[in-house]
Amino acid sequence: MSTLPVRSSNMERMINVRRKSTNHLVTALAVVSTIIVLVPLVAVLGYLIYKGASSLNWAFFTHTPVPVGETGGGMANSIVGSGVVLGIASLMGIPLGIGAGVYLAEYGAGTIFGEAVRFTADVLNGVPSIVMGLAAYALIVAKQQHFSALAGGVALAIMMVPTITRTTEEMLRTVPHAVREAAFGLGIPKWRTILSISLRTASPGIITGCMLAFARVAGETAPLLFTAFGNQFWSLSLNQPIAALPLQIYEYALSPYDEWHRLAWAGALVLIVMIMVSVTLVRIFASRGALKGGQH
Amino acid sequence: MPLPETQIPQTIVTEFAEPAVSAEPVAAPPSAVRRFLRAKSSGRIADGGFAGVMVICALSIFVIVLLIIWVLVVNSKLSIHAFGWKFFGSQVWDPVSGDFGALPFIWGTVVSSLLAVAMAVPLALMVAIFLLEICPPFLRGPISFLTELLAAIPSVVYGLWGVFVLVPLIRDNVGPVLEKFLGWTGLFADPNFGVGMFTASVILAIMIFPVISSISRDVMRVVPVSQREAALALGATRWEMIRISILRNARIGIVGSVILGLGRALGETMAVTMVIGNHPDIVKNLFAPAYTLASVIANEFTEATGDLYLSALIEIGLALFLVTIVVNAIARLLVWAVTRGNTARAA
Repeated sequence: MSTLPVRSSNMERMINVRRKSTNHLVTALAVVSTIIVLVPLVAVLGYLIYKGASSLNWAFFTHTPVPVGETGGGMANSIVGSGVVLGIASLMGIPLGIGAGVYLAEYGAGTIFGEAVRFTADVLNGVPSIVMGLAAYALIVAKQQHFSALAGGVALAIMMVPTITRTTEEMLRTVPHAVREAAFGLGIPKWRTILSISLRTASPGIITGCMLAFARVAGETAPLLFTAFGNQFWSLSLNQPIAALPLQIYEYALSPYDEWHRLAWAGALVLIVMIMVSVTLVRIFASRGALKGGQH
Repeated sequence: MPLPETQIPQTIVTEFAEPAVSAEPVAAPPSAVRRFLRAKSSGRIADGGFAGVMVICALSIFVIVLLIIWVLVVNSKLSIHAFGWKFFGSQVWDPVSGDFGALPFIWGTVVSSLLAVAMAVPLALMVAIFLLEICPPFLRGPISFLTELLAAIPSVVYGLWGVFVLVPLIRDNVGPVLEKFLGWTGLFADPNFGVGMFTASVILAIMIFPVISSISRDVMRVVPVSQREAALALGATRWEMIRISILRNARIGIVGSVILGLGRALGETMAVTMVIGNHPDIVKNLFAPAYTLASVIANEFTEATGDLYLSALIEIGLALFLVTIVVNAIARLLVWAVTRGNTARAA
């Protein structure tokens, strides 16, 4: 009579000890994993700031690269070149992406065509960036017979479109339907409702999406390798090869010269700071927006 | 009578309520100019035009994908005709004699990506669980912000860091230890120059970690609180609650996030190119240099001489493109299959 409960309570105690220790073990594992993950982040950023800040100087922002053997020189042309290429990409990618997003949210919801567009956008989002570079090369560079800033811009624009489309769609979907119905009830035509009511309400989230897409392509090197190609000199022509910060970092990092390594670190620091600033701006902007960037 | 009686409701009607327009009681049909103006004010033309522009934007996404496929197929025709399917089974990569095969690159891409996923997934899930369930609230914001920062660092900067920090570290510190303890497997053997498959996988793991972690966290977050409470009410410990209610319910999305991470790793170019050693060989030793599909394009495309060489590189790009499409499709199908199973069980 009495043995059974005693044994079972013993077993229970054993089981409970095991359960509790598993629980503690997993908790410890989770903490350790987080620390392990934070190590490379701190290592990358710390090393970058340490190496980059010590090599940054005024000349970096005002001079163009100098030949091997000379000290000094900077990446002024790369910074401006990156700006030009990103400008072209944004001019093409942002309107296209927002338009497609508007279609998905306001017109194509639930239709087969809409589903197909959404699926294609997702697929395009997963396509490696180097393939975009190949496509832009074959479409533009091979036809023109020379590398150009325009080709680089097109490659980056293609990369921006799917991200912007999907965020625009998601943000428009967070706009309550009652708001649209109120606009229709006032007799406002649909296009006007979309432009002045839906897009306007969702604008913080859409701007966030655009900036994130921008930040994503700002550091891209692979699509520019054989489109923008890089340039050691000043060039603002859209029809000529143009320098870009990531390309210059790549070239200098793989060179055998210490002076160039120094410049590569400085370039990487400038690139990261530029990207971080835009992402932080996005966060501030999104948290102030009407919909808090669509995040709940 | 200041205005004809019919005109008053008509203007109101055209301006404010579209459906009623068809019911306008005008006997004589209005002139073409009038119709145009009315249509304009009611937004019918503008509506149509706006919708048209949006459809064109949406169509352009199709056009982009089709254009990429078309342009890659056309430009790789030479190599497709010359090698056929043998291209993907041949180990030879000899630009001098014009003999090309993609197998070493496929091997390098697949092995480095799978290794990276194997390293990143446990860590990413643990961090997601930590941030959701264990972490004290004041640490949650900063830590999740930091892990998201990992995603914002460009590939080329990871490469730079890899070349100057990770490569020496693996050559001088990590490598010998692994060789000593795991050398018997044959996976970690001399010579270890620091650049090679293993280093590339480590960099890839760091790069895909934020994708897997943030998406799986989002999926875990949407598990209803009632599920957690039910498990806890049955006397489950925290880990049992996580296992029973969170991981089980969120597994669909977790699989999706892992496959997304895999897709990212397959196509990653710059960082891998800088640390993998770029040598087309298929060997068991993970310390040996290797080559991936993306990095051979990045490395050799601008220097490729001859149409066949270029065409072979573009065919590699085409293969990479198709593989990523298939990986994405598999992710979707898996999610669909698991979701369907779930709803069936719930019903």
